[in-house]
Amino acid sequence: MSALLGIDQLLDELENGLRSLLAQRGIASPVLIGIRTGGIWVADILGKRLGIEEPFGELDISFYRDDFSRIGLNPKVTPSRLPFDTEGRDIILIDDVIMSGRTIRAAMNELFDYGRPASIILGTLIDLGARELPIQPDVAGQSLVLNAQQRVKLRGPDPLRIELQEAGQ
Amino acid sequence: MTANAASPNHLQLTREGQLRHFLTLDGLGRELLTDILDTADSFIEVGERTIKKVPLLRGRTVVNLFFEPSTRTRSTFELAAKRLSADVLNLDINTSATSKGESLSDTLLNLEAMASDMFVVRHAQSGAPHFIAQSVTPGVAIINAGDGRHAHPTQAMLDMLTIRQHKGGFEGLKVAIVGDILHSRVARSQIRALNELGAEQVRVVAPGTLLPRDVESLGCTVEYDMAKGMKGVDVVIMLRLQNERMEGALLPSEREFYRLYGLSQEKLALAHPDCIVMHPGPINRGVEIESAVADGPQSVILNQVTNGIAIRMAVMSMAMGGQLAERQKKMSKLTERGLV
Repeated sequence: MSALLGIDQLLDELENGLRSLLAQRGIASPVLIGIRTGGIWVADILGKRLGIEEPFGELDISFYRDDFSRIGLNPKVTPSRLPFDTEGRDIILIDDVIMSGRTIRAAMNELFDYGRPASIILGTLIDLGARELPIQPDVAGQSLVLNAQQRVKLRGPDPLRIELQEAGQ
Repeated sequence: MTANAASPNHLQLTREGQLRHFLTLDGLGRELLTDILDTADSFIEVGERTIKKVPLLRGRTVVNLFFEPSTRTRSTFELAAKRLSADVLNLDINTSATSKGESLSDTLLNLEAMASDMFVVRHAQSGAPHFIAQSVTPGVAIINAGDGRHAHPTQAMLDMLTIRQHKGGFEGLKVAIVGDILHSRVARSQIRALNELGAEQVRVVAPGTLLPRDVESLGCTVEYDMAKGMKGVDVVIMLRLQNERMEGALLPSEREFYRLYGLSQEKLALAHPDCIVMHPGPINRGVEIESAVADGPQSVILNQVTNGIAIRMAVMSMAMGGQLAERQKKMSKLTERGLV
């Protein structure tokens, strides 16, 4: 396994990747939407770095999760907040980590209940592979393969830091 | 606490403490009540979207089983279920098979055979939803939409949501509940919720003939004089005079009642200047409340209706979720033992 990058490096990679993708697609005024909880911390920082003046949106996907029929409703659901109209907008959707892809499916289903965006770009700090759905990030700060005992955990929001945890620790 | 206060909880909650039926507020702790309010807050946001629907109950069937007439409660339950993407069947029992002699148990068996996942029950008999929850097939959730004089827990919770929105919380709040306490299942559930959520004082204000005998034991003080009862309160909840439940002469006249206990602008002026005015509806203008107050700046009566949809979405999705999680858990255990 390659070593986990530090948080600043991960953010740099993600920022640079998004900048070139936005330039390549000719997207001038995108809006950011973070997926709760880690995704909104990252979206907050990226908004400043990319110079996006519109406040970022916050998405809580609890009502769209596909494991409702297995574990019930998340008791700590909080309201989603999108402080702009998504109709026809270019959206950068941000999460801290992508693995199965199920969170992103839920997030996109939710987004479409607000309107029809022009496009969605997916950015994550880390791509852990282990996909269960055909969903891929457009930009990831780092791709990483973990062994069965390892987990990554983003802590924040201030300071934002990333930890590699070994099971049993 | 009454001796059987633990029993509804045994029925209402899973082993993990998730809601699986919603029958009464008795025995439900502050944390769970707060979870219901927080979940409802998220559903309010859903109600403001272009598409006011979430997929939680997609493919599930909800039956509104109303043995008593209701407009507001039934229509908000129906809308709540539809916004959760459920299929909804409304059964007005007065026009259904029970009037042809079918028993309650037979009606339920037939409805269960239609693969219903949830019954929303209103019944004139106290304890009817509890009875149904005990006998229904495992996996089917029962929601109490008002039973006799016992409880109306979704109404009380939508009132708590309304109070929290306007007052920020419950600490230090003084609340007056005015009018026909005797016949009111709403008042019982409200007193219970306000105490559990930490309100400083709950006063009931009514003539002695419209108070149940043991009313203080519910967790409130009693005031017979409206002027004293209104003094300094942050919230006043007016109750509807339930003429259809009156047996014998409990009141001299509606006019006399209005003079003594109706909420006029003069009486409202005795409350805290930021006092909000609530009423579960339907309102009898000029009987419990002056029109100028019902339509005035301190009235939050229409907010209550909007909040009713969000609260009902919250308890329906939480109870269905609890049932599904429980079923999943049983299935995993059977699989582990190699029985499936």
